[in-house]
Amino acid sequence: MAIKQLSIFVENREGTLVTVTDAIAKAGVDIRAMSVADTQDFGIFRLIVTDTKKAKEFLEASDCFVSITEVVGVAVTDEPGSLAKVVRVLADHNINIEYMYAFITVSKQYAFVVLRVADNAAAEKILSENGVRLVSEDDIVNL
Amino acid sequence: MNNYYQPQAETMPVEDIKKLQQEKLLKQVKYVYDNVKYYRDLMDKKGVKPEDIKTLDDISKLPFLSKDDLREAYPYGMLATDLENCVRIQSTSGTTGKRVVAFYTQNDIDMWEECCARAIVAVGGDKSDVCQVCYGYGLFTGGPGLNGGSHKVGCLTLPMSSGNTDRQIQFMMDLNATILCCTPSYAAYIGETLKEKGYKPEDNKLKAGIFGAEPWTEEMRRDIEKSLGIKAYDIYGLTETSGPGVAFECQEQTGMHINEDHFYAEIIDPDTGEVLPLGSKGELVFTALDKEAFPLIRYRTRDICILTREKCSCGRTFVKMTKPMGRSDDMMIIRGVNVFPSQIEAVLLNEGYAPNYQIEVDRVNNSDTLDVYVEMTEESFSDTVKEITKKEKKLAAAIKTMLGISPAVHLVPAKSIARSEGKAVRVIDKRKRLGINI
Repeated sequence: MAIKQLSIFVENREGTLVTVTDAIAKAGVDIRAMSVADTQDFGIFRLIVTDTKKAKEFLEASDCFVSITEVVGVAVTDEPGSLAKVVRVLADHNINIEYMYAFITVSKQYAFVVLRVADNAAAEKILSENGVRLVSEDDIVNL
Repeated sequence: MNNYYQPQAETMPVEDIKKLQQEKLLKQVKYVYDNVKYYRDLMDKKGVKPEDIKTLDDISKLPFLSKDDLREAYPYGMLATDLENCVRIQSTSGTTGKRVVAFYTQNDIDMWEECCARAIVAVGGDKSDVCQVCYGYGLFTGGPGLNGGSHKVGCLTLPMSSGNTDRQIQFMMDLNATILCCTPSYAAYIGETLKEKGYKPEDNKLKAGIFGAEPWTEEMRRDIEKSLGIKAYDIYGLTETSGPGVAFECQEQTGMHINEDHFYAEIIDPDTGEVLPLGSKGELVFTALDKEAFPLIRYRTRDICILTREKCSCGRTFVKMTKPMGRSDDMMIIRGVNVFPSQIEAVLLNEGYAPNYQIEVDRVNNSDTLDVYVEMTEESFSDTVKEITKKEKKLAAAIKTMLGISPAVHLVPAKSIARSEGKAVRVIDKRKRLGINI
């Protein structure tokens, strides 16, 4: 069920993101979601794309450090309180969220949320049991 | 004001110094040849026998010793006497298993401490003084050397060691310290802290400071003198030769007098090894003339400086050396600690990183900073900031264990460290912009 995410290590200075976005463009791959974690020295550019393998190939050809991490995707209804429910369910089961980011679908019925946790299977089980809708890789590609 | 600890030696006519040095050299070469196999082998290889050394100038026939020799001879290879005659060791900071360990007999300690005592008396110290020593104590020679010198002079000695600035200031003010001994950067830091605490330069009783173990500038001297309300003096030495006190500044503040009754100094061309005349800029080479446990003949310090013998207003006849103007190797002195890029490289390899790194040294608020940029490896990369920060901290801790000083470690993307002509620029020393001779 888990979704593959690309993480790219970039220096925190002007121009470094261009290398990344150019490589993705050359690969002819669509970006579905992204987030950037920044520190004083470096950033981690995280992407969910339509073709992970191809994007990784092109990024590595541009000397980028790329790792693929499996993350959990959930769909929450686009209304107040629905994200709070997801977060609370995980907290109640002592599952720590390393990071998360969200993107809103064109239909605006759902917001998709990407969650990074230590144990994907456990998180997915608990979320499903509590009525949270999980999102598959196909769901994201076919948006 | 003429202040001598051992006036007979310190003001000896130059001809007498030369005569004394020649006598001692001939004796010492024979002593080393007979007792130190490592150096005897070097002499044999060069085809020189002790009896070939008849005058001071014949010293140029003798082989040099380098830091690598001392490391190779670790731990006992340079020892010239039975261990039971030794009373102390001191050691340089350095790669684990590759440090230089120096041995001392009681006579060696006395000679070293007398040299330090000369430095203290030269800046106006006597038994009425309170001497605060905040060089590190322990294996580092700074603390023990000045501590011993202060005892010999009869000063009330405050053996503070380094760090804990609040306590340094409390003792300095409450116990009326009059002479401060530490690294120049620490002196500057104490000066700033005093100011922050609302003290004026005239509030302390300090009159002089003896600062060494790291490069500093005339500008820094003026800053320290102003902030502490003192006269600031330079001191020079290395663990290999004994410790601080090989050379010291007098009140003229125009270079450091070398204690020539104990050390014979030469300036050589670092590339050819040829001895250069007085006044030439070159690498400083020392021969310890009467050390018993760890005698050194023609030890290459790698410090570049100039020797001059002009009449000094203090009355001392000893030759003067300038502050070191640079190094003939890649050693850096950071916060008083000797650092070679190869040491940092060894840690990186040991921790599973490629030797793609850059070292950046700077001086911020009169204190040295050390930043190490290391290229990330595939294995060391993860998608969370937490993991990367953890790896940087682990690497910083490993470097600290090796060097004794804490760096800031920055993991950077692959191939991001500039390479010129295939050879990476390993060290960027930004202290040079401050005019500091590294």
